[in-house]
Amino acid sequence: MFAAENGLKGDPRLEAISQAIRVVPHFPKKGIMFQDITTLLLDHKAFQDTVDIFVDRYRNMDISVVAGIEARGFMFGPSIALAIGAKFVPLRKPKKLPGKVICEEYELEYGTDCLEMQVDAVQPGDRALIVDDLVATGGTLSAAIRLLGKRMGAQVVECGCVVGLPEVKGQCRLNGKPVYILVEPREIDNCRHADISSEFLNVQCSG
Amino acid sequence: MVFLLTGIEARGFIFGPPIALAIGAKFVPLRKPKKLPGEVISEEYTLEYGSDRLEMHVGAVNKGERALVVDDLIATGGTLCAAMNLLERAGAEIVECACLIELPELKGRDRLHGKPLHVLVEYH
Repeated sequence: MFAAENGLKGDPRLEAISQAIRVVPHFPKKGIMFQDITTLLLDHKAFQDTVDIFVDRYRNMDISVVAGIEARGFMFGPSIALAIGAKFVPLRKPKKLPGKVICEEYELEYGTDCLEMQVDAVQPGDRALIVDDLVATGGTLSAAIRLLGKRMGAQVVECGCVVGLPEVKGQCRLNGKPVYILVEPREIDNCRHADISSEFLNVQCSG
Repeated sequence: MVFLLTGIEARGFIFGPPIALAIGAKFVPLRKPKKLPGEVISEEYTLEYGSDRLEMHVGAVNKGERALVVDDLIATGGTLCAAMNLLERAGAEIVECACLIELPELKGRDRLHGKPLHVLVEYH
C-alpha cells in the first residue's frame, strides 16, 4: 500500500522525498532506471521526514524488532528501531554474520542468492518490521519474511520500503504480509536539491 | 559544526545515519566497488592478502565541508585511512573518526593522518 493512499494524501513531505531520490539510467544494466536513495541521505530534512513517517506509523504497533536488509536497509532501519524502542537485526548476504545463522534462498534474474540472520537475534513472539530501501519483485523481502516468520516464529507485522516499483502496486501483500511504501519510482530526473551540484544530479546516460 | 558524516559499508551504515540525523548532517555512504550508481571516486587499500577498494560519489562532498568518518570498529586502520583519503581528495576537512570499538594493539590510530579518533570501547 502506498502512503499517499493511506492517510498521507497530499502530504508535502512525500513529494519532497520523491524529488530527493536521484534516477540513474541503465544501472546496473541497460534498461534499469535505478532509484538512487543516496541523494535522499544528503537531504537532511527529507531523510528525517522519511524516518519520521515510518516512526509515526509503527510507534504504536508494539514492534519489538526491526530487520534491515543489507545494505541500504541498514541506512533506514536502525533510526526507525531506535525511535520506536525496537531492537535492530541485520539481514545479510552469506558469510558476513559471525556465529550460528539461518539462511533463506531467493531468486535472482539469473540464479539464486541467500539471506542470512543470526539464530539468537529474534525470539518466537517477537513482532517484526522489515525495512528495505526499495521493493521490486519482492524476492528479497519474501526471503526476509520467511526467515523471521516461518523459520524463527516471529510475527511479521509489515514491510516498509521507501520506494515501491509498479509491480507491487495494488498487490497489497507479499507472502500474506502488508507492504507499506512511501513513493513510486520516477522516470528520469528533475531531482532538485539545495546542497548538491547539478553535475551530481544530472547523471549522463551512457547509453 | 559538522556538515557531513561518512559511514563505511556495511556496519558503518548501521551507526552512521542515526548520528547524522541527530546532528543535522548529511550522510554519505562509502561502498565496496560497483555498488554506487553514477560517477564515483575510488581508493585502493591493502588487506592481509590482496587489496580492496572503497568508493564515494562524486559531488556528495563540497570543498571545505567538515566531515566525520564512522565505522563499527578500527583494527589496523586501513579502511579508515582509505575513507579519509577519499574525503580529502574531494576537498573535505576531516574533523574526527569515530568507532564503537578499537583494537589498540593494532595501532590503527596512528594511520589517521594525525586526526583524532573517538572510540567507545577498547578490546584487548
